[in-house]
Amino acid sequence: MSEAFDVTRWRPAPFLPERETREGSLIFVVAVLCFLACLTAMGVLAADRAARGWTSQITGAATVIVRPRGGETPDAAAARAAEALAGVPGVSEARALEPKKAYDLIRPWLGDVSDLEDLPVPRLVDVTLDARHPADAKALDRALRAQGVDAAVDDHSVWIKDIRRAGGVVRGLGVGVFLLIAAAAGAVIAFATRAGLAARRDVVEVLHLAGAEDSYIARLFQARFAKVAGLAGLLGAAGAGVLGAALRLAGGGEGLTPALPIAWSDLLAVLPCPLVAALVAAAAAQFTAVRLIRDMQ
Amino acid sequence: MNSADEVVRFEDVSMRYGRGRDVLSDLNFTLAPGSFHFITGPSGAGKSSLLKLIYLAAQPSKGRIRLFGQDVSHATHMLRPRLRRRIGVVFQDLLLLRHLSAFDNAALPLRIAGRKPADYRNDVAELLSWVGLGERMGAMPATLAGGEQQRLAIARAVVNRPEILLADEPTGNVDHDMAVRIFRLFVELNRLGTTVIIATHDQDLVARSGRAVLHLENGRIETRPATGRAML
Repeated sequence: MSEAFDVTRWRPAPFLPERETREGSLIFVVAVLCFLACLTAMGVLAADRAARGWTSQITGAATVIVRPRGGETPDAAAARAAEALAGVPGVSEARALEPKKAYDLIRPWLGDVSDLEDLPVPRLVDVTLDARHPADAKALDRALRAQGVDAAVDDHSVWIKDIRRAGGVVRGLGVGVFLLIAAAAGAVIAFATRAGLAARRDVVEVLHLAGAEDSYIARLFQARFAKVAGLAGLLGAAGAGVLGAALRLAGGGEGLTPALPIAWSDLLAVLPCPLVAALVAAAAAQFTAVRLIRDMQ
Repeated sequence: MNSADEVVRFEDVSMRYGRGRDVLSDLNFTLAPGSFHFITGPSGAGKSSLLKLIYLAAQPSKGRIRLFGQDVSHATHMLRPRLRRRIGVVFQDLLLLRHLSAFDNAALPLRIAGRKPADYRNDVAELLSWVGLGERMGAMPATLAGGEQQRLAIARAVVNRPEILLADEPTGNVDHDMAVRIFRLFVELNRLGTTVIIATHDQDLVARSGRAVLHLENGRIETRPATGRAML
């Protein structure tokens, strides 16, 4: 029997077989891990955006609660406070809120108290701070005391600190989960490399005896698993991208919930996934293969 | 004999597997560059073990081995590949890669040596034709007959013109005509400067070759100089 073989068209075949039956399962597992990693990245970006949005909403404002002193009506005290605050550097606008606003704020706890004239309901002054050089709570407090106004200044710093801390926790958790997933992917690849080396002991032996260095053989496994992980990363990223797009479409401008306002730009987070997966796999395969191949000599 | 006149030197070399008894005991011999030797001896005499020591697949339990003038008794991971690239081996169990074509198997040492395909593919094709596999270059080893596989293993061993060629029963699965043809290939390589060492049971081939013999028996070696005229 003779088969056509054109020497001039010959290209070296890969030393490792092109297809391995167990690669399907490996691709599936790594694709799932990549999918989860991409969702984590998108979730962190969305949560971070939500935290920044909330922070910016309350950073540029302060609320002053004015308590009227003897003989002075609440409305007069609030007007005097607003006037005192308007002159403070770093304040763009200070506006005494209508009494109705104050009644609205306490209604959830005390019910409608607008007809109780004797109830000393404090008045509120809404202060808009300069965006570039905002006045701090101490400056506002000083100005109020100088005018003899009994008031408490709330510059929302407690809330801002809490939101920032929550944002930091979410980011930290996201990074932690991402690293955990990367470590899991690395472990899966290391396990697959070990199995691959055991299954291809014949190839390793022949290459060794023909004078191949350990690093040369390790690179074969490194390239093989980087390619497999890159493909799995592509599938995982595509899946996460599709899900992210669906959430964005389903939730409108705010995403599925206001806590996770997914933006179209968040979908870009999936793009590096195939490359990162390939790099993690290459590192894990190289690390595992070099040690095992040395022991196989 | 100084180190320039020897390509292989064994000094009081013994070898054992694990904690077993010595399969080779206190071997002392040297092989000159460009020499041609047969290794003979009954089954279990240690012929394959001796070859393993030379191609660095095993280490001596005692003594010193020098290869190309270097002490390789305990060769490092770094040194072993460099030395192995200078040695061609026809393994008794052939060790062909089943998923590679005959052509890819034969070209394997050249790829490992970092040669470009365009530089060697015609040489590989020519060599395969020479060993009678010109029509089977694209065939997978599993589809080759035993003799064809053996010739393929020989082609792979000699393709990079090694300085030492080791062959463990290289004519075991081929007919007499092909055995003679293969032997002549080894002679031709030897004529070009390759040191050839063949472990064989084929006493007829040994007798007609007119070459020196290293006879192994009970783990010990006896050097028998070439006798008579070469008739092959």
